[in-house]
Amino acid sequence: MYDPTVARLTYRALLGRRRALILGALPLLLVVIAVAVRGLAGADDQTASDLLGGLALATMVPIIGVIAGTGAIGPEIDDGSVVYLLSKPVKRPTIIFTKLIVAIAVTMVFSALPTFIAGFILNGNGQQIAVAYTVAALVASIAYAALFLLLGTVSRHAVVFGLVYALVWEALFGSLVPGARTLSVQQWSLAVAERVAGGEMVTSDVGLTTATVLLALVTVLATWYAGQKLRSLTLAGEE
Amino acid sequence: MTTLQIDHVSRWFGNVVAVNDITMTIGPGVTGLLGPNGAGKSTLINMMGGFLAPSNGTVTLDGQPVWRNEAIYKQIGIVPEREAMYDFLTGREFVVANAELHGLGAKAAQKALATVEMEYAQDRKIQTYSKGMRQRVKMASALVHDPSLLLLDEPFNGMDPRQRMQLMDLLRRMGDEGRTVLFSSHILEEVEQLAWHIEVVVAGRHAASGDFRKIRRLMTDRPHRYLVRSSDDRALAAALIADPSTSGIEVDLAEGALHIQAVDFGRFTALLPRVARDHGIRLLTVSPSDESLESVFSYLVAA
Repeated sequence: MYDPTVARLTYRALLGRRRALILGALPLLLVVIAVAVRGLAGADDQTASDLLGGLALATMVPIIGVIAGTGAIGPEIDDGSVVYLLSKPVKRPTIIFTKLIVAIAVTMVFSALPTFIAGFILNGNGQQIAVAYTVAALVASIAYAALFLLLGTVSRHAVVFGLVYALVWEALFGSLVPGARTLSVQQWSLAVAERVAGGEMVTSDVGLTTATVLLALVTVLATWYAGQKLRSLTLAGEE
Repeated sequence: MTTLQIDHVSRWFGNVVAVNDITMTIGPGVTGLLGPNGAGKSTLINMMGGFLAPSNGTVTLDGQPVWRNEAIYKQIGIVPEREAMYDFLTGREFVVANAELHGLGAKAAQKALATVEMEYAQDRKIQTYSKGMRQRVKMASALVHDPSLLLLDEPFNGMDPRQRMQLMDLLRRMGDEGRTVLFSSHILEEVEQLAWHIEVVVAGRHAASGDFRKIRRLMTDRPHRYLVRSSDDRALAAALIADPSTSGIEVDLAEGALHIQAVDFGRFTALLPRVARDHGIRLLTVSPSDESLESVFSYLVAA
């Protein structure tokens, strides 16, 4: 199911270009803000939770997910170089699964790790807040990577759609319309975080069971469908 | 022995028909797929390579369907027309990756790089390569698993004459070894020099098929028109019209040029420089004025 050559090519494509700069900029910003907040306001659990929930989990994780998920396959399909993967006796689902693993790993490194660092800076993991949001970021990384990898496989405008989903649906719509939150990766991952923190600081609109089932369902379905789409991917000529 | 069978294949995009009910059999040896730009060659090659589903009909390789069948790539090597190819890798890394995807190692990659004579630049990044070098690395990536069918989409585009000759030698060798080699081109001379057998596609239809010489005759027997400028147009015209290879010459005073109608293409192209030299006339411009492929093909299709 996992092909090391596909993984190597994907890593190098993801981390070699300007993408790496964008991937690095957001986490850096989060850490800088955390240092500033800690320096100006001191350690405060509520502030830590607000910042990690509002900035890290609601904004940074999905954006990193978009960049890593769509970037793991979108540019290759766009410029046609994917033909070198497709003209090999390698099963299409293997290509997708491998790219998913890479996208998950990259999303985790560039979102969960900085979330953990920022959390520690903000309140030294008081009330398990840093760990809780890190777990949420880890869980969300899996679902986002799968969703956006699918998007990168089916659409040439994956980054735009991905950002619209991440920023409009997850960040904006989710905070205004309560119903929308139930269908939000962010809320599902918060449900897991809520269990980890165990206090009042981290809460989710979705129950843990529902959240886990939905997370697993979205990840599996998105990955399966991306594999199917890749099997029938059409490389039209330039004529 | 590998045979690619295209059976009543059509492909349309929306209501545009790109390939219209084509049936052909591509066997061992070098086959040229000839047609003007936009004739449907790339669409056809994409269907042969399993990257596009036919809207109608089937493409099979020794009886096995090509579409949605990854295992078929053990036998197929593909040289796409598009340039993009993991530019951030070195040539060697790229070919090694292609070898690994076939379950092979660095040794196979090295052999393929040697075949295309790219060892000297194998450790440079692909983004620094010229078009001809890219083409050769693509070729290495297609040869790495020793395929029995090789599909090349406009492989000579952007190559200089020396690289072109090298690649032609290589493809000829592959054909001699009994591989099935199919390449597309919109340039008659390329096909003439290389292919044993040609398939002509015009406007999505299969226009002609067969031995090159037969088709060549159809093409060259038609009248050719040339525009020629020289240091003494009238003297040149007088000398040329005496030869049966020309059927008409117009002295265009406004243009300062000769419009020559040649009926025997081969003879005329040999005659012109000789006559000019013998009469001490300098040739300034010699350009075919209706050599556009469309005119050649419309002639072919009408024939």
